Amino acid sequence: MIDTGFLADTTMRLLGGLPLTLQLVALSILAGTALGYVLAIMRLSGWLPSSIASAYIFVFRGTPLLVQLFIIYYGLSQFEGLRHSFVWPYLRQAYWCAVLALALNTAAYSSEIIRGGLLSVSAGEVEAGRAIGMTRFTLYRRIVLPLAIRQLLPAYSNEVILMVKSTSLASTITMMEITGISAKIISSTFRPVEVFICAGAIYLMLNFLIARGFDLLERQLSPADTTRPNKHRIQGDIIA
Amino acid sequence: MPEQTATPTVALENIHKRYGAVEVLHGVSLRASEGEVVSILGSSGSGKSTLLRCINMLEVPNRGTVAVSGETIALHQPQEGAPRPANMRQVERLRSRIGMVFQSFNLWSHRTIMENIVEGPVHVQGRSRSECLAEAEALLRRVGIYEKKDQYPSQLSGGQQQRAAIARALAMRPQLMLFDEPTSALDPELVGEVLKVMRSLAEEGRTMLIVTHEIGFAREVSDRVVFLHNGLVEEDGKPSDVFENSRSDRFRKFISQER
Repeated sequence: MIDTGFLADTTMRLLGGLPLTLQLVALSILAGTALGYVLAIMRLSGWLPSSIASAYIFVFRGTPLLVQLFIIYYGLSQFEGLRHSFVWPYLRQAYWCAVLALALNTAAYSSEIIRGGLLSVSAGEVEAGRAIGMTRFTLYRRIVLPLAIRQLLPAYSNEVILMVKSTSLASTITMMEITGISAKIISSTFRPVEVFICAGAIYLMLNFLIARGFDLLERQLSPADTTRPNKHRIQGDIIA
Repeated sequence: MPEQTATPTVALENIHKRYGAVEVLHGVSLRASEGEVVSILGSSGSGKSTLLRCINMLEVPNRGTVAVSGETIALHQPQEGAPRPANMRQVERLRSRIGMVFQSFNLWSHRTIMENIVEGPVHVQGRSRSECLAEAEALLRRVGIYEKKDQYPSQLSGGQQQRAAIARALAMRPQLMLFDEPTSALDPELVGEVLKVMRSLAEEGRTMLIVTHEIGFAREVSDRVVFLHNGLVEEDGKPSDVFENSRSDRFRKFISQER
């Protein structure tokens, strides 16, 4: 028997955690992308900044997010200096620990995506911008970034979707986002399957909307007529 | 012939350019007066493209000076290490007055042809968009691709793309046009349409420096022909003199090989 009343009720309660999930995603993506951009530029710079960025990426890509989350949440209080610094009012809260862990983690992945996007910009198009007298800033804003973003969007949408799902780990450090609320409901109802199905459905809907959003953005940024023949050509090459 | 005493539009003096240990230009001097069309010929590896790119500092010479309309570009040229412009503002300002047409067109692939043309005037020169659009339409008509204005570069043939690139350069109202092998990447049947546009520019008295392998075109259109060999000027003179009475064996050999 499907208890539609219970499912509807659970879904409504879980949706109460949606704003927190969205906040965690938005803040960590924003901060993570900014840091990822800096890391990408470092990777493309001289030997020293490049090595520092590589070491960062190595560590944050090579260890589980859950471990990073626990180290930040349980571990930071051991540092005397940090406890007396201005950031402590933030870092003592599980909320900011979750944002920090998610942001540091996604920065490592996005930096590689951004680096790939920047490398895909054709040298000739950049040169045409320089030759016409563009300043570095104009060149970046008008030529490099639009071309890079168009290239990195598909990979980047993956990363955002992964981040949406990763926010569920924040429930392990007391965050009452969608997964946290699920655990709470289960502890009082003992109906894990139905509750997690509801939770899964909410994540699925959310990621569906995000994927659609990226799809539209990609279409917006790529002149339809120039990508379509390409797409057909590539499909033809692969299938034939 | 233009007056030799007037300030030259471009004056390159004793240009040396090195890549690592390899020196590709060994002290080249070249002048072009206003309204003059100068073709730079030479076999591949002779340094002719590098020389052209030194004018707008896409390549920075290790030694020597570049002056555009009498204004010398300030350079930082250390004994060791890479040379660089001392003042990017100055370089950017001069670049905006020097049109450049590339071998591989280099149109911006994310912009329509029309947007490619107005990009520089609007975002570099800060002119009003509506004024630029009107001017761009006239330029596109002139190069014969007005009907392509809302298409993207990849939808055009090579010859059409190169004509769009010429229009993009003209939209900046340049006082000097540089052409870096503008027809070398084109199918033979598309070369003519680009040369026709270039010829009309030469006829209206524009100052042009053309690196090319189109010897017939260079001979007909140029006021002067410069032949580079191994990073040095081997010939420099009027086409009639150079082509008919060249003292250089290498040049005679070069033109007989090219066609």
